[in-house]
Amino acid sequence: MAEEQKNVTPASDNLLEVHNLRKCFPLKKTITGKVTRELIAVDDVSFSLKAGETLGIVGESGCGKTTLGRAILKLHQPTSGRIFFEGQDITDYTSSQMREIRKKMQIIFQDPYSSLPPRSTVGGILSEPVEVHNIVPKDQVKEYVLDLMDKCGLRSYYYERYPHEFSGGQRQRICIARALSVNPKLVICDEPVSALDVSIQAQIINLLKRLQQEMDLTYVFISHDLSVVKFISDKIGVMYLGSMVEFGTKEDIFANPLHPYTQALFSAIPYPDPDVKMNRIILSGDIPSPANPPKGCRFHTRCPHAKEICKEVTPEYKDYGNGHCAACHLLNE
Amino acid sequence: MEEQLKNNIPEGTEDTDTPLDQNVRLMSPTRMVVRRFFRSRLSIIGLIMIVGLFLFSFVGPLIYTQWGEIELDESGKTEYATAETTYTVNGVEYTLHQTTEKSLKDNFLAPPSAEHILGTDNEGYDIFVRLMYGGRISLIVSFIAVFLITILGVFMGGIAGFFGGVVDNVIMRVCDVLICLPGIPILLIISTILDASGIDAKYRIYLLMIYLTFISWPGTARLVRGQILSLREQEYMVAAEAMGYSAPRKIFKHLVPNVMPQLIVQMSLSLGSMILYEATLSYLNLGVKAPYAAWGTMINIISTNQDILQNHLNVWVPAGICIVIAVLGFNFVGDGLRDALDPKARR
Repeated sequence: MAEEQKNVTPASDNLLEVHNLRKCFPLKKTITGKVTRELIAVDDVSFSLKAGETLGIVGESGCGKTTLGRAILKLHQPTSGRIFFEGQDITDYTSSQMREIRKKMQIIFQDPYSSLPPRSTVGGILSEPVEVHNIVPKDQVKEYVLDLMDKCGLRSYYYERYPHEFSGGQRQRICIARALSVNPKLVICDEPVSALDVSIQAQIINLLKRLQQEMDLTYVFISHDLSVVKFISDKIGVMYLGSMVEFGTKEDIFANPLHPYTQALFSAIPYPDPDVKMNRIILSGDIPSPANPPKGCRFHTRCPHAKEICKEVTPEYKDYGNGHCAACHLLNE
Repeated sequence: MEEQLKNNIPEGTEDTDTPLDQNVRLMSPTRMVVRRFFRSRLSIIGLIMIVGLFLFSFVGPLIYTQWGEIELDESGKTEYATAETTYTVNGVEYTLHQTTEKSLKDNFLAPPSAEHILGTDNEGYDIFVRLMYGGRISLIVSFIAVFLITILGVFMGGIAGFFGGVVDNVIMRVCDVLICLPGIPILLIISTILDASGIDAKYRIYLLMIYLTFISWPGTARLVRGQILSLREQEYMVAAEAMGYSAPRKIFKHLVPNVMPQLIVQMSLSLGSMILYEATLSYLNLGVKAPYAAWGTMINIISTNQDILQNHLNVWVPAGICIVIAVLGFNFVGDGLRDALDPKARR
């Protein structure tokens, strides 16, 4: 199968293509190093993304969103599957080869408190990547960084300050500025606003949108907040227990959610109008442990429409027209 | 529905957080540490002790030039003793006049006086001056040793902690072996070898300290490794990986600076113990050897003569006091730094 995967060729106009990506974490090892139990964090995820688009990835806690984002950047080495970036297969790149690619793909972390080094100043944090990757000549670094800080809404006199002097929103701006300092093409936003309060969330999201237009960025926007994802995304992927259950354009997915999980998820979007009667689909039970996933369809333990076949056979991930993909047996009827 | 959802996100990208005034500056972490350090009386006392010792040992000999380190006071008098012995041989009485010249060229065991502030020792060296030179040796040697230990420990511990796995295992097992080595017996052997190879007495202490470095770095390496093991899982290290930094940059520019607080404390505490080690070696006649001065050798003088221990306190007590001041000073400063660098202490 590995051989087969290597022969996958990417479509030329896609910035990012992910084929059957899988990431397992070993839970138990024998003395000889053989893995006896493992946790499948990301299972068989495929999608593609064109330059300038935003892919929103939604799903509940623990469904593997973050692991997927980090596996795309190869911060976790994928167990199997292929990742193509600008048509290059980066899956087997060594860490020194990856260092060059890192200029083009960046990540913004969820927690702006722990993702900034506590002992350097804002200026130091932002100039280091510029210097390491030789983005601009040495004597222009400071100018470049100040310009970047201005773009991200940071005042120039913050240059000498330490991260602990800032609020969460300002810190997240520093994180964004750091990610953009190397002029990347793809930015993975790993829940960049979920640690912030709502008014600051709006600022940061608008900032991300503005920067996307100014710097021609492609985002993979990971979030559990559907309103945010709907606002910023062009395409949406819905994840459940490590696998992508539905994928399509924002319009398709919101107008016509195919998978029962997506339907349940979207019915839970809060509505800023007290008069609207909401038709909630309440799921019972908890998300099963990814270390011991259910047989057949992953979702059958909680699916309101589950049938016999769902308990036995894993549904195929198929295109139901216009690139709108889903994995559910009910759709085949 | 679409419109309503959009309304959830208000316009504007401006930072609405009240900005700190341009002129208001929070203190940098380093300044906060310095302030907390100077708030503790004990650490100021420690600092004064150490600075005082430094001035005494390094500036002192430049000012007080009356005597040198190995300059004997040769102002001792020559004494003449006459003895008369009477013999009777064959009824004739002979008287034998015998005069012996006893040369006390060296003015030894002189009491404290204007000429010798602390008197002289059993050879006739000025004790006060030798205290200064002994301090030089102690401080230089322990600083070099701690410096080397820290460099080696940070390097090995950093690599072990960062890479983990086999590298970590190999380095840590080497550490275990080195920690098992008994210090003094091996030092005795090395000292004998150095004696036999005829190395200048001036340099043997440095060679011994290099050996001490060699067996002492595992402590620092373990400390650094432990810290780095927990630090490398921090999110900002994942960020550093995502920024595409090289491993040496990540270890020595991002991880090690965060170990510095613990490292500085460890360094100042081990300075004290290195001074003690040096004094012990010199006392056992393994380290600095006569005629060169060290605090340990100055105390060792009591082993030559019981009388000195009881009646000439000025010979050996000052050296002991110097050792106590040095070790206490470094420990006070170390403790003060430990408290000052503790991020939870927000006083």
